[in-house]
Amino acid sequence: MADEKHIDPATGTELKGHEWDGIRELDTPLPRWWLWTFYATILFAIAYTIAYPAWPMIHSATQGMLGWSSRGALDKELTTREAQVAPIRKAIAETLIEALPGQPQLMQAAVEGGRAAFRVHCVQCHGSGAAGSKGYPNLNDDDWLWGGNLATIEKTIFDGVRNPDHAATRMSQMPAFGRDQLLTEPQVDDVVAYVRTISRQDRPGAAAQRGARLFADNCAVCHGPTGHGSRELGAPNLTDGIWLYGGDPDTIRETVWNSRQGVMPRWGDKLDSATVRMLAAYVHSLGGGEAAPVVATAEEVRDGGK
Amino acid sequence: MDRLVMRTGGWFALALLAFAAMLAARDSGFSVHMGIVSAVALGLAIYGVRTADYTAFARGLVRMPPDRGRYYDDVIRWGVIATVFWGLAGFLAGLYIALQLAFPALNLGLEYTSFGRLRPLHTSAVIFAFGGNALIATSFYVVQRTCRARLFFPALANFVFWGYQLFIVLAATGYLMGVTEGREYAEPEWYVDLWLTIVWVAYLVVFGGTILKRSEPHIYVANWFYLSFILTIAMLHIVNNLTVPVSFLGSKSYSAFAGVQDALTQWWYGHNAVGFFLTAGFLAMMYYFVPKQAERPVYSYRLSIIHFWSLIFLYIWAGPHHLHYTALPDWAQTLGMVFSIMLWMPSWGGMINGLMTLNGAWDKIRTDPIIRMMVMALAFYGMSTFEGPMMSVKAVNSLSHYTDWTIGHVHSGALGWNGMITFASLYYLAPRLWKRERLYSLRLVNWHFWLATVGIVLYAASMWVAGIMQGLMWREYGSDGYLVYAFSEVVSAMLPMYLIRAAGGLLYLSGAIIMAWNIGRTIAGSPLRVEKPMHDAAYDPAVDKPLIAQPV
Repeated sequence: MADEKHIDPATGTELKGHEWDGIRELDTPLPRWWLWTFYATILFAIAYTIAYPAWPMIHSATQGMLGWSSRGALDKELTTREAQVAPIRKAIAETLIEALPGQPQLMQAAVEGGRAAFRVHCVQCHGSGAAGSKGYPNLNDDDWLWGGNLATIEKTIFDGVRNPDHAATRMSQMPAFGRDQLLTEPQVDDVVAYVRTISRQDRPGAAAQRGARLFADNCAVCHGPTGHGSRELGAPNLTDGIWLYGGDPDTIRETVWNSRQGVMPRWGDKLDSATVRMLAAYVHSLGGGEAAPVVATAEEVRDGGK
Repeated sequence: MDRLVMRTGGWFALALLAFAAMLAARDSGFSVHMGIVSAVALGLAIYGVRTADYTAFARGLVRMPPDRGRYYDDVIRWGVIATVFWGLAGFLAGLYIALQLAFPALNLGLEYTSFGRLRPLHTSAVIFAFGGNALIATSFYVVQRTCRARLFFPALANFVFWGYQLFIVLAATGYLMGVTEGREYAEPEWYVDLWLTIVWVAYLVVFGGTILKRSEPHIYVANWFYLSFILTIAMLHIVNNLTVPVSFLGSKSYSAFAGVQDALTQWWYGHNAVGFFLTAGFLAMMYYFVPKQAERPVYSYRLSIIHFWSLIFLYIWAGPHHLHYTALPDWAQTLGMVFSIMLWMPSWGGMINGLMTLNGAWDKIRTDPIIRMMVMALAFYGMSTFEGPMMSVKAVNSLSHYTDWTIGHVHSGALGWNGMITFASLYYLAPRLWKRERLYSLRLVNWHFWLATVGIVLYAASMWVAGIMQGLMWREYGSDGYLVYAFSEVVSAMLPMYLIRAAGGLLYLSGAIIMAWNIGRTIAGSPLRVEKPMHDAAYDPAVDKPLIAQPV
């Protein structure tokens, strides 16, 4: 196009002949570093596709000189990891949980392993600090529905709570006193008033006196004559300040009226026995563990000797 | 008169049809959408009857020559206004969902205001509403001027613009009601997709037609990029939205692909939406507005050819890097990665051509806040097009994937590159389209520049830290062989970073509000703001030495 050469005065570079709406173009050559870097990335790409699985053929793709595959890499990583923890897990699996406290090093490893497993499997309901929430027990206190020594905790985790298709599960069925018309509406109110009294939240009154008789007839069989509950039946202690669903009149009324049927999965069919045992050791170590285990870190199992 | 009857009659028929579909709809989302379509069609029918240009009709009868300006700019003026409006809406939605991540109570317990529904509202508002309107408006402006041709079929251009706004409204209201295909950046359901297809084909006709009737012998580089953007988006949109509606009277549809094929189609689309919408399209804007604003020739014609063809050839293969370490076969992951790495230099070709166009006018960075914005846009473009290939490397991706690093990467590109180059182009366009002496205020442009820049720095830096922290915490094993952190602990560790990110978003939004004010005053024709001029240093060409030595 350009018969005569147009030179851009500011840069001294030749201009191409075209112009669009006042825009012209310089005829600057490709920057060398740009071109060579581009070539280098192409060479890298070729080399990489020779080394790694890359080119699709008719039946499968090229496998690459290094024999690498993402499945293989994952397997290798998992195997290494498993090999690292295998001896200690084997030892834990072979040691009955009652015997764990006698071997402080093993107990320590079980608590640490349980802490890791807890983060994966348990925090969704019990919370990352194991403090629970409405309907999900706090595991840091010493109030246990089914028992707080190592063996009972392990059984609760292994068999779960209220798994309908599992005979060994922890099972208790509180009747829905209101919904199933075992008690009338005023009677339920009286029972609530009584429960509020024995948990020392309200002063005794006429309603609580009527409720006391109803409690003795309907509730004491599981919760005990004094309302202290029963671990054999999973019946909560009603006299302490700890409530799974709430201790205000409305919530207690809802509990009596409809009953509560909280469920926990049985982990025995999902996790291996060593992991369940480690979870039990960890939960036991949180602060409320019972019996007399001698545990390595005094800080974590402050109240272990209770 | 026949045309008037045909047109208003057609709109009225469409309104009736949509109304019938609304009544017969199987779900409320589809019903509301058909209601919107019906209302718009009815409005157009009424508008057609009431505003029929009876003089033009009479003029047509006696074959009077039409009153033609040189360029058809009405639709571009609407486009500038729409870009500013959707930008504000999109940035506001982004700030709100950033705050939701820091304070989950802001979900308000309502399905309509939950993060899951507002997030696609934000992404579509900024990419398709803000970015799309900027692309449509600038492409119509640039193609007319660089082809020295009036826009082909102006009425169709108006249809493209208003049809696109209808698409945005249907898509956005759909997200809020839960009408979604669940495909990232392609959420609108089948009937909205069909509508967009019609609008997009019309767009291609207007743009391609204008190029065909050009009076310049050659097609300018900006138009290559615009054309590649329009064509490729059409292809991507159609293939990724091949779905089967459950019912023609319901909003739900299912993808034609299944499993990993579906995932690969989605990310072939998703990555090339980045490549051809947010890169090629905006490079087209850069290739026109940077040389115009700098009043300098484009740095290298050869570079523009080589980087254009290598960019569009390589980009289309890079999608699989979104699916590293998934069910996608290893060979496809490898190819996605190496094509991404080869993309590095072709992407940088645009940055070099943009930045080096300032050769001989570097002083304008000091004196012209619009040039300053363009330079910052190109710097962020260069940074994110280096970061992208780096993150596509499998070893890096195993750390970065699923973390906030990806969010930071996207935003350094979107806020830095797409946002800044769009703002600069709008500042260039506003006074020219409304025939003003200059912008209402250049000082306010400077304010916008600094608010946006500091906002991006806060955003990108906090998300880098957050992303790398997440990646490292997720994979950390203790010496006893167990993972150290629970997922929830990683989430709570993010809070300070999320707060910094929201602060960055607030700054960016503030800058955009200043821009809306500035452009609004320019459009209104307010007297220029009384302010100290931006450049009181004298320009002495003799002192300004170019990088390349001059021949003696």
